[in-house]
Amino acid sequence: MALLEVKDLTTHFHTQDGVVKAVNGISYEVNEGETLAIVGESGCGKSVGVLSIMRLIPQPPGDIVRGQVLFEGQDLLKVPEHDLRGIRGNRISMIFQDPMTSLNPVLTVGKQVGEALEVHQGLSTHEARAKTVSLLQMVGIPEASGRLDDYPHQFSGGMRQRAMIAMALSCDPQLLIADEPTTALDVTIQAQIIELVKRLRDDLGMAVIWITHDLGIVAGLADRVIVMYAGYIIESSPVKELYANPRHPYTVGLLRSVPRLDAVRAQRLIPIEGLPPDLIGLPDVCPFAPRCAHVMDKCWSANPQLRSVGSGHQVACWVDINSDGSHGL
Amino acid sequence: MAAYVVRRLFWSIPVLVALLLAVFLLMQAIPGGPFDFAGERSLPEAVIANLERRYGLDKPLHEQFANYLKSIVLEGDLGPSFRQRNRSVNDIIGDSFPISAQLGILAIGLALLIGIPAGIVAALNHNRLPDYVASFLAILGVSIPALVLGPVLYWLFALKLGWLPVALWGAEKPFFLGFLPMPTAKFIRHAILPTVALGTGMSASIARLTRASLLQVIREDYIRTARAKGLRERAVVVRHALKNSLIPVVTVLGPMFAAVVTGTIVIESVFGIPGMGKYFVQGISNRDYPVIMGVTLIYAVILVLSNLLVDITYAWLDPRIRYS
Repeated sequence: MALLEVKDLTTHFHTQDGVVKAVNGISYEVNEGETLAIVGESGCGKSVGVLSIMRLIPQPPGDIVRGQVLFEGQDLLKVPEHDLRGIRGNRISMIFQDPMTSLNPVLTVGKQVGEALEVHQGLSTHEARAKTVSLLQMVGIPEASGRLDDYPHQFSGGMRQRAMIAMALSCDPQLLIADEPTTALDVTIQAQIIELVKRLRDDLGMAVIWITHDLGIVAGLADRVIVMYAGYIIESSPVKELYANPRHPYTVGLLRSVPRLDAVRAQRLIPIEGLPPDLIGLPDVCPFAPRCAHVMDKCWSANPQLRSVGSGHQVACWVDINSDGSHGL
Repeated sequence: MAAYVVRRLFWSIPVLVALLLAVFLLMQAIPGGPFDFAGERSLPEAVIANLERRYGLDKPLHEQFANYLKSIVLEGDLGPSFRQRNRSVNDIIGDSFPISAQLGILAIGLALLIGIPAGIVAALNHNRLPDYVASFLAILGVSIPALVLGPVLYWLFALKLGWLPVALWGAEKPFFLGFLPMPTAKFIRHAILPTVALGTGMSASIARLTRASLLQVIREDYIRTARAKGLRERAVVVRHALKNSLIPVVTVLGPMFAAVVTGTIVIESVFGIPGMGKYFVQGISNRDYPVIMGVTLIYAVILVLSNLLVDITYAWLDPRIRYS
């Protein structure tokens, strides 16, 4: 049985301008110890999708319309708030995009990191403090014991994200959800944080859902990749297969817009023309059709479902583009 | 921090001197003088000239002001009252300051005690019934001045229902630390109406501010982090949101102390409470120069100290603010 099984998850936001269809019936699984990357551009529903798993969407205006989130067989969308609290930060934990705003500015780092230990493991303040020191050491914060009483503003961006990771891992979770944890960091720190999470994942054997818009970091990190667009999963594949044999025109476009170090000569990056669709009043046709080079009449009349195109490889597209680029990609 | 406090106190001295000078000059600019009338009759020219000579009012203004400062600094003497024979300004303030302080502290205490919880309840029930009720009452509270609320309260509770005394103040000496009274039944009965009259408006503005600030803080990323950690909603609010949301509230406490000072002046007149405000108003209409100056000085010192207290509280709430 998969550790986490998301089925037909649909999250909408009720706003003054209309209903924003942020996540539209996504389904996927994460196995124990597996790393799943969810990629897509800003506003494609990747964050809302994982926040819905933990019911961290502000409701209202958010609304989880339907679906199931089975964590070890238990539907997290149905469990009472009290039981869900026992899972949050304990068996599933999260790190967020911006370490500058994700830590409370008026509480010490030590207090914030140790808090989950007190709540979930019943440690005393004193015991939690001792454990916090070793957690901060684990994530590579030098002289950790002297920094417990520092406030977040006394930490650099990279150190804050390390502290966030220490906080998330404090109770040995089975699943870590990382919501663009490196987006706000500069490139060298980004690499350090990715290395850190990889090492800790392998040491602790936890599963990871890594959300990013950067396909460049996915290859060395994930086992499987999900590509999202306009709240839909449009392609799902093992990581090597995706890079070798992308089957959705959008995925192809994404891969073309990543700079390559091994390019034979300097090449211009090829952007995807156009903008993502407005998620308010999204018609039930292929959401990528307006930007797609292969668009056909059918794309404007019906939204393609995910279909299998190889071992563990699924794509939602009416056009069968082949890896040899016969459609002139 | 200690060095900061000492420096702030030192720099308040020129502020106080400038303030006294301004009041001194404005006071002289008001037509009339302290000895124009004795009861219903006006005094003969010669008597006025004698009195003025006795109190040094015949000297040039700069000399009068210098003498006044000298006696404050060297002897702590705020001078004699021109109109209340045998009482010095020190006596008047010594009697009336504790009463005003009691009223002001009670009003601020009431404002915080009602305002902050009301704001929290409103914010946590955003756009639901408790929010609408609290917001409506807050608008009402902000809109009704103490000058109106005071008479309405004593008309209803003292005159019509007869539950509480109409006027005066019930505190009896000795005062603990010079101003804290024993909470006797008499004190409490006398204190309720003036405290409510003065504190309601402030509690309403504190409630509105707390609500707005908490609504903003509750949307911050670190609140999501706290929820993702599996904390109870109460811990999220109390430990993670409240301290942040009180920072703007503390910011308005400075001006609010000033409002309390002016508020006590009004409320003391309405309820006939023998506090500093009453003597201040009397002093102005009697042109009792030393009383005006002395009471102004005390008010100013209170404001300087309360602003310092606000700034220290600020640093305590927000570790990013450090004074050196």
